Amino acid sequence: MSSVTQNLPSGHEPEPWIEPGHTYASVTDKISSVVLTRPLGIGWLAGFAFLFGIVMVLNLAIGYLIVKGTGIWGINIPIGWGFAIVNFVWWIGIGHAGTLISAILYLLNQKWRTSINRFAEAMTLFAVACAGLFPLIHTGRPWMAYYMFPYPSTMGIWPQFRSPLIWDVFAVSTYGTVSLLFWFVGLLPDLATLRDRAKIGWQQKIFGMLSMGWRGSARHWHRYQSAYLLLAGLATPLVLSVHTVVSFDFAVGIVPGWHTTIFPPYFVAGAIYSGFAMVLTLAIPMRKAYGLEGFITLRHLEQMAKVMLATGLIVAYGYFIEFFMAFYSGNKFDVFLAKQRLHGPYAPFYYALILCNILTPQLLWFKKVRRNIAALFVMSLIINTGMWLERFVIVVISLTRDFMPSAWGRYSATVWDYATFVGTLGLFTMLIFLFVRGLPAIAISEMRELVHQDSHGNEGHS
Amino acid sequence: MDAMSDHEHDKQLPILQGPPAAKPALEAGHDHDQEEEIVDDTLREHRLELSTVREKLKDKSGKQYWRTLEELSEDPHFEELLHREFPRHASEWDDAVDRRDFLKLMGASLALAGLAGCGRPDEAHIVPYVKQPDGMVLGKPNYYATAMPFGADAVGVLVESHEGRPTKIEGNPDHPSSMGATSAMVQASILNLYDPDRAQTVLQGGEIRAWSTFLDSAQEAATGVKAAGGAGFRILTGAVTSPTLASQLRKLLALYPQAKWHQWEPAVSEGGREGAKLAFGRVVNTVYVPGKADVILSLDSDFLASGPGHISYAKQWARRRKLESTSDSMNRLYVVEPTPTVTGSSADHRLPMRACDVELFARALAAKLGRGNAVSLPADAEKWLNIVAADLQKAHGSSLVVAGEQQSATVHALAHAINAALGNVGTTVYYTEPVEAEPVNQLESLRDLCADMDAGKVDLLLILGGNPVYDAPHDFDFVTKLKKVHTSVHLSPYFDETSAYCQWHVSESHYLESWSDARAYDGTASIVQPLISPLYYTKSAHDLVAAFSDKPGQPPYDAVRAYWTEASTKLGTAIDAGWRKWLNDGVIPGTKLPAITPELKFNPANLPAPTAMPATEVEYIFRPDPTVYDGRFANNGWLQELPKPVTKLTWDNAALVSPKFAQKNDLAHKVVSRGGEHGQIRSTVVDIELNGSKVTAATWTTPGQAENTVVLHLGYGRTRAGFTGTNKGFNAYAVRTSSAMWSASGGKMTATGDGYSLACTQYHFNMEGRQILSTATLEEYKKNPAFPHEGHEEVAKDDSLYKAFAYPNYAWGMAIDLNKCNGCNACVVACQSENNIPVVGKDQVMRGREMHWIRIDRYYTHTPGFADGGTGDPTEYNAALDNPQTFFQPVPCMQCENAPCEQVCPVGATTHSAEGLNDMVYNRCVGTRYCSNNCPYKVRRFNFLRFQDWETPQLKLLRNPEVTVRSRGVMEKCTYCVQRINNARIDAEKQNRPIRDGEIVTACESACPTEAIAFGNINDPNSKVAKLKAQQRHYTLLGELNSRPRTTYLGAVRNPNAELEKA
Repeated sequence: MSSVTQNLPSGHEPEPWIEPGHTYASVTDKISSVVLTRPLGIGWLAGFAFLFGIVMVLNLAIGYLIVKGTGIWGINIPIGWGFAIVNFVWWIGIGHAGTLISAILYLLNQKWRTSINRFAEAMTLFAVACAGLFPLIHTGRPWMAYYMFPYPSTMGIWPQFRSPLIWDVFAVSTYGTVSLLFWFVGLLPDLATLRDRAKIGWQQKIFGMLSMGWRGSARHWHRYQSAYLLLAGLATPLVLSVHTVVSFDFAVGIVPGWHTTIFPPYFVAGAIYSGFAMVLTLAIPMRKAYGLEGFITLRHLEQMAKVMLATGLIVAYGYFIEFFMAFYSGNKFDVFLAKQRLHGPYAPFYYALILCNILTPQLLWFKKVRRNIAALFVMSLIINTGMWLERFVIVVISLTRDFMPSAWGRYSATVWDYATFVGTLGLFTMLIFLFVRGLPAIAISEMRELVHQDSHGNEGHS
Repeated sequence: MDAMSDHEHDKQLPILQGPPAAKPALEAGHDHDQEEEIVDDTLREHRLELSTVREKLKDKSGKQYWRTLEELSEDPHFEELLHREFPRHASEWDDAVDRRDFLKLMGASLALAGLAGCGRPDEAHIVPYVKQPDGMVLGKPNYYATAMPFGADAVGVLVESHEGRPTKIEGNPDHPSSMGATSAMVQASILNLYDPDRAQTVLQGGEIRAWSTFLDSAQEAATGVKAAGGAGFRILTGAVTSPTLASQLRKLLALYPQAKWHQWEPAVSEGGREGAKLAFGRVVNTVYVPGKADVILSLDSDFLASGPGHISYAKQWARRRKLESTSDSMNRLYVVEPTPTVTGSSADHRLPMRACDVELFARALAAKLGRGNAVSLPADAEKWLNIVAADLQKAHGSSLVVAGEQQSATVHALAHAINAALGNVGTTVYYTEPVEAEPVNQLESLRDLCADMDAGKVDLLLILGGNPVYDAPHDFDFVTKLKKVHTSVHLSPYFDETSAYCQWHVSESHYLESWSDARAYDGTASIVQPLISPLYYTKSAHDLVAAFSDKPGQPPYDAVRAYWTEASTKLGTAIDAGWRKWLNDGVIPGTKLPAITPELKFNPANLPAPTAMPATEVEYIFRPDPTVYDGRFANNGWLQELPKPVTKLTWDNAALVSPKFAQKNDLAHKVVSRGGEHGQIRSTVVDIELNGSKVTAATWTTPGQAENTVVLHLGYGRTRAGFTGTNKGFNAYAVRTSSAMWSASGGKMTATGDGYSLACTQYHFNMEGRQILSTATLEEYKKNPAFPHEGHEEVAKDDSLYKAFAYPNYAWGMAIDLNKCNGCNACVVACQSENNIPVVGKDQVMRGREMHWIRIDRYYTHTPGFADGGTGDPTEYNAALDNPQTFFQPVPCMQCENAPCEQVCPVGATTHSAEGLNDMVYNRCVGTRYCSNNCPYKVRRFNFLRFQDWETPQLKLLRNPEVTVRSRGVMEKCTYCVQRINNARIDAEKQNRPIRDGEIVTACESACPTEAIAFGNINDPNSKVAKLKAQQRHYTLLGELNSRPRTTYLGAVRNPNAELEKA
């Protein structure tokens, strides 16, 4: 990192997206070595073992859930949705940054996305996997969850298409599929590189199979480019649609605190907000651990901080409008809910949320903060916490005090709720661990393009 | 829980007298292990005589199979073992989830044992009917009339029977105590029949004995006491209203002239009997006719929800509160009481007052009416009294003063005098000969018995029902004295606290299993006919009395039949002609006791000067619990889980204190996030020292309670109730002495510093300015009959995104008249019984997961809510909580037209039926719970765990076969009793006619004593429900949401006295 700072170009000349001095070979060496030659360090092994243990906790939590029923969680009547749905929305949101980076920024020809898009996409996939788990296991009878798919039932029963949960099924499954394809297509040239560089037989075989016969011919490249562009085009609306649909789960309901038209844009912004925070949370330690500071430069981090600031402001606007509309509409249930958020038994959560999501990111107005890696890392954790709290406030707290005061209740998570949540955190991180050592975490081919462009003075505008 | 248990507990050193080989001690809390050991003993103790086996074998030839040598030798102990059911359940298991695991094991062991868990064990063959029995169509229930004896009353019921197993209790319209309705306890009594914890055999010192062995021993014992003319023979019963049992007992006493019959009922005071003696010189039975009363004053009487005749009283009272138009009038109810009851909460005016002060109030009222000397009352009470007295006088001849069951003799006598002074006798109140066969002062009766036992004068004690070890006054020390009795026999449905100290325990038959008879509160007799042969080796009181008489082994049927054969001549009906009709109708005509006019010999002026407790003195009062009563229903899960009408507590009793008292003594509550307001409240635990003993209790703040009154509800803290009831709550009997049976002073309350979690289903009591429960005074109603609509947004009918449904045939709807509902809870249990609703246990209730399809919400009006800066927390003191106006609102599923639940279910598991029902398709439900989140009324219930007990064979018999038994992971809710709708539809279609109005009666509607619920076809403008909905008082719950519910309400109207309002 220090070397990067020293090499800071002076004046208004843009900072390069890749550390100067890299060649095609050095890029390939650097990135592929993490996968192919670098020995498994004690740090990685210990980390992996720990995360594996946490995944076993997740298995236990889900196993017990299936044996006993959702009653092992803290949900009740009136709070029918608890941690599971909070986590679902949170994970789905996190996934959004990956798609945004790889699809929208690609279409907008933002070169800086190159060094982060691969693992951001991986993050998306893993986050969607974690997210997808929750709607399935949160049902009372998970083995009947296939009822939600429009399969040709002999009884001629279809899902109930008016329900936002069905929209969710389609939105999330489409999202997962497209993300996987996009990620895999992007990986093809790199897989071929790995195949070619691998010295060990089984590695050659596996990468050989995965690279699907990629030879790097001009025709391959041509097809590849169009396929990638098409997939980027396909994925782009998903960035907006998935969280919009997720927000419908609430906006379509009549519960005060759910029934709001601001939800779709506000959810999408929140999703990108938390997604970028998660990319930072992952990128900062990773670039350090694998010496990738040359590829993921300070300028990248600063760029992401700017996106966070922008989306954070949209989210803040959403919070404000929620309050404004409650009082402006005069709807007594909404007014009551707004007051409850400020003064009710869960007020500390709301204030914590404001602190995490609105106040903390204001520091990003300062360039010094944006370029301070430690500050960014801490802030990314705070924002992720804040976004989790936001979902908790929306999902759970709205349910605690709705229409009938006689039915008001409260919610408190049980050890199984925490085990499941922590378990998915473990699963997510374990998958990231595997990914970092199993596949090129930065797109080699795209980085080489960057080297090419840089060496020819063809700077992508930012 | 340990902290809560009875302090008596430590002192118990139970000794089972009996054969020396028997296990000497039964430690409370270890009955399970104990039972198991006893089973082993049965085999071990009686060594096999090989010579007997050889003897038997000598005569046998050919192939013979036997399981053990014992069987071969036809050892009676082995045969008894074979007959024995599984051991009684352990009582120390305290978790509802574990219970199921336990029951799984039990079910498995039962199957392995090859024993029929239910049905008579001696009926070995299971064969289909070759010929269909008369009157039975398989799949169609039959109804039989019988009666449930309860204290000094009996409630006539019609019992639904499916292929020979009773499943549901309905009221008997022909019976005076029922008038077609029931109460929560009557509804729940059927669960007692199938309770797997019931005692199942005759036990001697914990060992199983054949009934014949008991009969032999009984005769032997009887012969033993006979020599001395029966001296040393004592019988202890509860209040006896069964004419047959009374006649059997009298014959027994004739046989043993020195023997004595004692009576003891722990939850009814001597006030009624002694008050009558004071007023009339003898015991009479007082019957009220609230239907004829315009103005009613209750002197601490919960006559709408407890005591003889309360169902009928509630019905009559509510019929006088029917409002169809503004020209209708209403009765007016004043209540003076120490703690809010169903009656007090339904009153037009309520004055909280310590129980001990009620006597002063009664004296002052009598004085106001020219009877006796004036006494001084506190200023506000005085003002209240003046206005009430004037109102009562205005309604001369049509007013009514009711004295409370737990009040003193003086109050009862004063009530008689006041009613006489008001000219009410003969119109709103009349007297008859006592309904009880032998009315005695039970406290003295028990005292005599204890003295005799202590003096060693009792050789043979027969306890027919009841549980005196648990519920006798603390100072009687019944246990120690019982131990001095040479032979004691206890008849009871459970092996309870008393059974553990008696040599013999005979398991008692349920009233649905045995023949008997009983009188209702007005004397009308009914035959109690069984619907099922006893599930276990159980006997009734008739059997037991016969066993000691000259007719041992006389079946109860013969005894009942013999009595009524004799009595029928007096009735002028031949027994053969009458019997079947009596059984069919459930009442015996001509047995209603005629009104008598006893001479009032009481002059209040001659009363000794009142001894008033200082106003600052804290009074502790004892009351039967609103759900488990005196403890007899402690093992009934339905009643344990039933929220108590006013406090909404379940599974526990608590020391009820007033908000002011709580504030003064720092008795805080804390809402626990797990479950919260709809579940778990942490309350302060206190030690209460009273009458020389101590009990540890959780406290509960009760708005509307008299400031210096602490209420201790009886019936909890049982140590041997069974799985469900053991170690729940605290035992108030532990601090109750014979000198202060109902109201005690001089107590000391100290906080222990501990907290205790109580399961409360509704903590928040304020409506927060929403259109939930509309109320008005009669005056306001007359001015604006459409008062519920005032100030509330109305939504246009076609304001929906979706096309409206068309209902060409039927459109089912329900209307609930809040003016009549008194929050008695009968509908809640009726629904539970009809719809196979599981009991979830305290832990799950505390997590907000109780399953009731209909709940009764309780609101206090004019109390501070969030809008007024309060929190709706009763411990947050506010003067409005000293005596708030209380309203109840039953909330079943609203069956919305624009159902928010239907739109969000992803799999279409909740759909709209062609008749407007909001159907739940359990098989289709995957359990996303979205519907519940989106339900504004929160009436949906989710099976978070497997709440239903699928294994216990007895509980399988209980289920209504017409209603799906739900398993884990599915949502459920009120269906408007769709099974009843479909039954009516089938009948109607067979006869090719439309379903008639009133043909479908939902379970809640049929149980309701006040006729507050009406169900029917709203497409038919002449239906009862359509007419109610046409009233101006009619409104929908949260109407502005445009969910357009089919269940709607009629605003509550109170009839306050304008003068008192001013005051």
